[in-house]
Amino acid sequence: MDAAELVASLQQAIPDATFEPVATVDLQPTFYVSRDHVVAVAKVLRDSADLKFAFLAELTATDYWPSEPRFEVVYVMVSLAYKRRLRMKVRVHGSDAHLATVCNVWPAANWLEREVWDLFGIVFDGHPDPRRLLMPEDWEGFPLRKDSPVQIRRPPHIAEPLQVTAEEFRISVERDRLSREQM
Amino acid sequence: MAEFHTETMTVNMGPQHPSTHGVLRLVLQLDGEQILSASPTIGYLHTGIEKTAEQKKWQQVIPLVERMDYLSAQSNSMAFCMSVERLLGVELPERVKNIRILLAELQRINSHLVWLGTHGMEVGAVSVMLYCFRERELLLNINEMIAGFRLFPSYMRVGGLREDLPRGFHDAVRAFLERMPGKLDEYEDLLTQNEIYLKRTQGVGVISKDDAVAWGLLGPIARAAGVDYDVRKVFPYLGYETYEFAVPTQAAGDVYSRYKVRVAEIRESMKICRQALDRITPRGEYAIGDTKITPPPKDRVYTEMEALIQHFLIYSQGFTVPVGEAYVPVEGPRGEQGFYVVSDGTNRPWRIKSRPPSLLACQALERMIVGGLIADVIAVIGSIDVVMGDVDR
Repeated sequence: MDAAELVASLQQAIPDATFEPVATVDLQPTFYVSRDHVVAVAKVLRDSADLKFAFLAELTATDYWPSEPRFEVVYVMVSLAYKRRLRMKVRVHGSDAHLATVCNVWPAANWLEREVWDLFGIVFDGHPDPRRLLMPEDWEGFPLRKDSPVQIRRPPHIAEPLQVTAEEFRISVERDRLSREQM
Repeated sequence: MAEFHTETMTVNMGPQHPSTHGVLRLVLQLDGEQILSASPTIGYLHTGIEKTAEQKKWQQVIPLVERMDYLSAQSNSMAFCMSVERLLGVELPERVKNIRILLAELQRINSHLVWLGTHGMEVGAVSVMLYCFRERELLLNINEMIAGFRLFPSYMRVGGLREDLPRGFHDAVRAFLERMPGKLDEYEDLLTQNEIYLKRTQGVGVISKDDAVAWGLLGPIARAAGVDYDVRKVFPYLGYETYEFAVPTQAAGDVYSRYKVRVAEIRESMKICRQALDRITPRGEYAIGDTKITPPPKDRVYTEMEALIQHFLIYSQGFTVPVGEAYVPVEGPRGEQGFYVVSDGTNRPWRIKSRPPSLLACQALERMIVGGLIADVIAVIGSIDVVMGDVDR
């Protein structure tokens, strides 16, 4: 099944979405899908009896700055039942960099989406745990964006020591204990 | 009788814990010895290799990707080279394919030996570690022989290999393949029927077949849970379809079946190595003949003007790769591995992204340890074979 056939069957399942098959050199059928239909398409790909792409192999993004739409989010899937591979891509504008999460379809997407958020700054709406994954929590900027510098020097950051009086500490411990007992 | 006042305890395991294979930090919530919740924190080894690679020329990326998963250097660079070669549209000579298969399988044995040794040590069988590292030394010697570097040989190149095989390569590999089966039996004598090892591993860290697929764990972990998927069989590359080997699977999905699968994989890898070694001639082609990609032999550089120009161009400007994207999956020691490579038509990659099997294994760790005992955490982390360099990149 090549990309065109696949897109035709997907179009039947989801008439609203727009699909655009593209030619690739690595023999993996590839198509673009409109951003708002990612989750619906993902569900069809996973559950449809003649597709069964149950395994999400890869989820990543590419930044094509300065052209717009600058981001492409890439999903690579494998169907174990039919021994097929597939690549799905979504174009995302830099000014409106968000799309829906597929964590509910493939649980494996959780950390992969966090990584994309961390390094590219693309927001995944409805993500259960939208924190940075690889960079420090207080990092500013998104390193894998093309307009992010390769080398930066930051002044050393010195945190103020936490000052707690003995009384405050005792109250805090007691409060924690009470809140646990209420649970 | 007075009422007992119990409370849960939050414990940081790591980042410097010796059995977390690098710097993995687990925040565990404990009720006595039982684990209520676990949240892995990663990123301590993040060095931005993908960003660095965008500044390098195509061939210069190879040493970088070898340092991602530092126990499977040859597999990493092979996966990267294959993606770039797919973009370039070059077809490798048969001999190069066989050498790559041989080196990738030796790398798999190497990685599994480190895994078996460290995992054995963590559950209390220290002698296994000493034995495994003894045999691994022979593999590192082979790496030193072909490239002068033991851990990160950088021997794979886009378009083939760096140079021809050294003298005595066949003898060294053959000696290893003759020695190894007996030694593997020795390791199995120490562990397979060992009562203490069975108690520590059977029924521990179980993951079901469906969960293994949903969490993207394809590789030895999923094969131990009964998923019959191996890239070498399902999407053959480099001519694996002409080799005879089996894909070992188990059904239980616990730590012990992962051990069984990996030991069986070492045996299958040795089978492939023997077949590959018979097909490789001691001297012959080691790269494609494209003068834009492959540098000329050194003796021609010293004597011919054209060869000198070609040498100079390749090392100063590199080569350009046509616009496009490619992802060629290979079966690494930890599961499906591959590099998603995007080119904008220049001599530097626009984007490279490795598929990290260890990251996904680390993500699913929580599912395997919650509800178990804290002592089992060590056995489970060992059994999923995470390499933190691959997790954090």
